[in-house]
Amino acid sequence: MRFLWRTASPALLRDVTLVCLADGIVGVSFGATSVAGGLAWWVPVALSVLVFAGGSQIAAVGVVLTGGSPVAAVVAGAVLNTRLFPYGLAVADVVAGPWWRRLLGTHLITDESVAFAMRHAAPERRRASFWACGVALFLVWNATVLLGVALGSTVRNTNAFGLDATFPAVMLALALPTLTSRSTRVAAGTGAVIAVALTPVLPAGLPLLAALGGLGVRWNGWRGRRSAARPEAPQDSGSAVNQEELSAGGKR
Amino acid sequence: MMPMTAIVALAAVTYAFRLAGPLLRGRVTVPAAAERVFTDAATVLLIALAATSALTAGHGFAGWARPAGVLVAGVLVARRAPFPLVVVAAAGVTALLRLAGVS
Repeated sequence: MRFLWRTASPALLRDVTLVCLADGIVGVSFGATSVAGGLAWWVPVALSVLVFAGGSQIAAVGVVLTGGSPVAAVVAGAVLNTRLFPYGLAVADVVAGPWWRRLLGTHLITDESVAFAMRHAAPERRRASFWACGVALFLVWNATVLLGVALGSTVRNTNAFGLDATFPAVMLALALPTLTSRSTRVAAGTGAVIAVALTPVLPAGLPLLAALGGLGVRWNGWRGRRSAARPEAPQDSGSAVNQEELSAGGKR
Repeated sequence: MMPMTAIVALAAVTYAFRLAGPLLRGRVTVPAAAERVFTDAATVLLIALAATSALTAGHGFAGWARPAGVLVAGVLVARRAPFPLVVVAAAGVTALLRLAGVS
């Protein structure tokens, strides 16, 4: 991939290094927590190579470590990864090329690599940013997960290092910036309450899927507001979301 | 337990989601409403997972040390702290509390 190095600027390399550093810490934590929780060493390794989507890997392992079924783990991971579909539409131009490059590039579509591509408009720079981030991240992610597996196998009590707190922290870091609209915040808050409340009584994994019921609150609210959404709509408690729905509708 | 078949299934579904975009580009447009449902579903799952994995272990309460570390992480995220700092702070606060005898 010589085209990469021709177009890679020092700023790009610095940003890629920072992202790899951040994800590397999570990779170590993911590998260590997985094996410390009792999973075979190849589970986090195979997930990292084949799935290569950190959030869904952590979610899937989180479900099975709390006693949930593999099916619940796959469903939770798959729902989280639906966002890769719109991502793919956004970077389709970047992964175009010979078939092998298209297959490889497709696997490298992540939150980070797409964000890097979207920062630029020029095709050459979009391409360089995407591939630099994607390739570096794939190598660093898998290497650090292996390192974590080695650590988790030697250090028995990973809880003493607080590693169990890193999973929820990563989830928050991914989710909090997306809580931009009130309807999303209501749906997420409702979902969290549902999941925590059902944890003592339902088999592990199911409370998480039940949390999707929080979306129902959002949809009902949405439908109700939509029928009332007129430009001269009176200022009520839902007006902030009203404006947002209107502008979102206008873009279509 | 996480059998290889489950890993391969998740990998296949994930690759299909990734591939659909480049394959369908120019032929379909995702309605904005559908895209919002996708992103909202992911957000709801992430927050629910954050809440359950911060607060619960098995069917019970996880103890105070872990949620305290996660709370500090949440405050740092809200204040736009760099990601590595967020992760290290979560582990550090939890580890220190346990060292101090808080379970």
